Amino acid sequence: MPAPIRLRELIRTIRTARTQAEEREMIQKECAAIRSSFREEDNTYRCRNVAKLLYMHMLGYPAHFGQLECLKLIASQKFTDKRIGYLGAMLLLDERQDVHLLMTNCIKNDLNHSTQYVQGLALCTLGCMGSSEMCRDLAGEVEKLLKTSNSYLRKKAALCAVHVIRKVPELMEMFLPATKNLLNEKNHGVLHTSVVLLTEMCERSPDMLAHFRKLVPQLVRILKNLIMSGYSPEHDVSGISDPFLQVRILRLLRILGRNDDDSSEAMNDILAQVATNTETSKNVGNAILYETVLTIMDIKSESGLRVLAINILGRFLLNNDKNIRYVALTSLLKTVQTDHNAVQRHRSTIVDCLKDLDVSIKRRAMELSFALVNGNNIRGMMKELLYFLDSCEPEFKADCASGIFLAAEKYAPSKRWHIDTIMRVLTTAGSYVRDDAVPNLIQLITNSVEMHAYTVQRLYKAILGDYSQQPLVQVAAWCIGEYGDLLVSGQCEEEEPIQVTEDEVLDILESVLISNMSTSVTRGYALTAIMKLSTRFTCTVNRIKKVVSIYGSSIDVELQQRAVEYNALFKKYDHMRSALLERMPVMEKVTTNGPTEIVQTNGETEPAPLETKPPPSGPQPTSQANDLLDLLGGNDITPVIPTAPTSKPASAGGELLDLLGDINLTGAPAAPPAPASVPQTSQPPFLLDGLSSQPLFNDITTGIPSITAYSKNGLKIEFTFERSNTNPSVTVITIQASNSTELDMTDFVFQAAVPKTFQLQLLSPSSSIVPAFNTGTITQVIKVLNPQKQQLRMRIKLTYNHKGSAMQDLAEELWEGGCDRWQVPPNCTMGLRS
Amino acid sequence: MIKFFLMVNKQGQTRLSKYYEHVEISKRTLLETEVIKSCLSRSNEQCSFIEFKDFKLIYRQYAALFIVVGVNDTENEMAIYEFIHNFVEVLDEYFSRVVNNV
Repeated sequence: MPAPIRLRELIRTIRTARTQAEEREMIQKECAAIRSSFREEDNTYRCRNVAKLLYMHMLGYPAHFGQLECLKLIASQKFTDKRIGYLGAMLLLDERQDVHLLMTNCIKNDLNHSTQYVQGLALCTLGCMGSSEMCRDLAGEVEKLLKTSNSYLRKKAALCAVHVIRKVPELMEMFLPATKNLLNEKNHGVLHTSVVLLTEMCERSPDMLAHFRKLVPQLVRILKNLIMSGYSPEHDVSGISDPFLQVRILRLLRILGRNDDDSSEAMNDILAQVATNTETSKNVGNAILYETVLTIMDIKSESGLRVLAINILGRFLLNNDKNIRYVALTSLLKTVQTDHNAVQRHRSTIVDCLKDLDVSIKRRAMELSFALVNGNNIRGMMKELLYFLDSCEPEFKADCASGIFLAAEKYAPSKRWHIDTIMRVLTTAGSYVRDDAVPNLIQLITNSVEMHAYTVQRLYKAILGDYSQQPLVQVAAWCIGEYGDLLVSGQCEEEEPIQVTEDEVLDILESVLISNMSTSVTRGYALTAIMKLSTRFTCTVNRIKKVVSIYGSSIDVELQQRAVEYNALFKKYDHMRSALLERMPVMEKVTTNGPTEIVQTNGETEPAPLETKPPPSGPQPTSQANDLLDLLGGNDITPVIPTAPTSKPASAGGELLDLLGDINLTGAPAAPPAPASVPQTSQPPFLLDGLSSQPLFNDITTGIPSITAYSKNGLKIEFTFERSNTNPSVTVITIQASNSTELDMTDFVFQAAVPKTFQLQLLSPSSSIVPAFNTGTITQVIKVLNPQKQQLRMRIKLTYNHKGSAMQDLAEELWEGGCDRWQVPPNCTMGLRS
Repeated sequence: MIKFFLMVNKQGQTRLSKYYEHVEISKRTLLETEVIKSCLSRSNEQCSFIEFKDFKLIYRQYAALFIVVGVNDTENEMAIYEFIHNFVEVLDEYFSRVVNNV
């Protein structure tokens, strides 16, 4: 059998292969030759064969049959054999193979070998692939070698110790005594690996960390020597002495100085020195400066040092080298939270980076820009960001758009600017805008009352040309539906008004409906908008009726349902149509996360999921509301029906709507939802958003004595007063109803009404039964907002069942004397009805 | 921590690979091709640090050879960049004209 070819030959042969298949063929042939050679137990050429096998393994071909051969090589006495054997072990073997344990004995023997190179090999291999069992067995040997004076071995032993600690953390204490004078070495190799070992120990165990803190002065000294020492040829890299060691030491200092004032103090000087003395013309210097900056930011450094660090980062940003810019942006992003002002100074440079060609730099610059936006620079920043949005890659557009919306919301200098910005985003990146932005935008537009005409005009113009961007079309459709009358009337102060006829508006909405590009949601918006226009437009109602009836047979169930309901509105409920489709009131922004989030109760047709109202648990206040209104009569009192303000008694029918048509019920939307009304809930309401139904013991009582507001027929109602802590013009009244008769009072309902200048909120009562013999009370909380600090009048009405018959009663309270005292007026009307 | 060290040429052939964390053999070739693809698609204007899956790649090009080092988050990218150059210089010292022979 001829001698197997050398590794070099093999490599050359494989390189000549022109295709993957050819290469595979060659390798298979060689593998077969190697396998037969192994079977023959050929000692002379074993190491050559294994070397070739390792090369093929590196190219990605399976080489597991060589594992045992590696072991045989390790056991051999020749150094060349051992070398390849250990290399093979590192590449082919790991703890997943059972074979590896056979190595343990070999390694043990080699760790005590007379030649340092053999010992070195053994240490390397153990440090590379040693399993936990092997590490446990051999840790003692490693520790012994760690204390030797031979620096070649010491440095390898230190790295091996790192691996042992990673595999078997319990052995960490074993290495502790050996670390005592590791840092006293002159040899940089040993120093470097010792620092790595110390870093590993500190990261794994807080006790070790505390223990090694005393090494900080020594580390500082070593670092100082590195910087101050002159040129030393063995450690020089582009003019800097051993930058890798410097970086390592800085990293260890960072770990030691974190959260510790004394160590941080000890490091301040050296960090400042490194920061100022390091040469920045080459990458090496910048690498060290980067590490220094990271360290300064992480420890408890003094503010002067931090400013220095941020200035270094700012300087990096101006550097031509893109690597450095990238690194600087990443670090600035991390520090912008803590050192905001310092970073602001470099804002213009950061904004310039938005125009960089590199994708990662652009992304970081964008994130950083958003973090830096504030009230002062919003206009300038927004210009840059909008320009960026125009020109950036699609993967950024969604994030950028969301960021712009957030920033605009927080810092918009004027409503018109805000709306312009939104329009710009919608038109440039319309299809990338996130879905949840649409309701937010709609709410924003509703709230800027004076800009309605301008907004709707601009939106109309925007979708005239192109109605493919869904979020834009949705917002536009909604606005046109809402403010279509402003559009056709041609009144607009901000801009040149355009002449639009009703037919043109309907044309565009219909084309949105028909278009293939419109999603189902968009179509829903468009249909609702057309419907709303039926009350706002005068001459095209027939056309609208026709469109709506066509969609009554649409395949899309959502559209079909809407169309059918609108049809019904036209036919059976025409009298209700105008009230139902009235202009939406200003919506309060609800920031709570409860189920009653921004309810876009534009009838039942909003695409936002309309949460089901909780079913009424108490008696319907509907008919009673009528009574209350009759009683109170007059125009000076605004009844507040004690229901959640988000709903209205709906199904009562026409007469109620007529009644309520004139009354200003703040916060209640014009179009009632289909389900029946809701009695008082204790969820945070739209109305008095500043208040919450938090426990009232947070509020301070202001010494207003409690009064008995009503006492008749055994029913006693007491009022206790507190001034709300959160809002001084809110008074919180707790009523307690008690029953001194011998029978319970059931279905107890307490209602109240206040004059227009006040706002009232009734929370849920604790129950609806007042137990007899004063054994218990019903508690209910009323919150009264009195912004004008006027004299409060309140009319209360009580309803309950007692002794088998229904009882009702009314009372009037007068709060006199500048909100200090309550009185029951002597001539209060009391009537008993059954 | 360094996860792997690769030397790959422009055609995607691996010249040297060392993994410091276990990766399946089959996955290695896949990983190498993906890595070289992302490195080749970078122009000269772009920086040498790529965010790749859950680690960072730091690469440096020498003629037709790419040296790529994969690290995790804790490493100083610029120090690794310098380290790659140091490595090439060492190879050059030992074997002379390293880069031209690929």
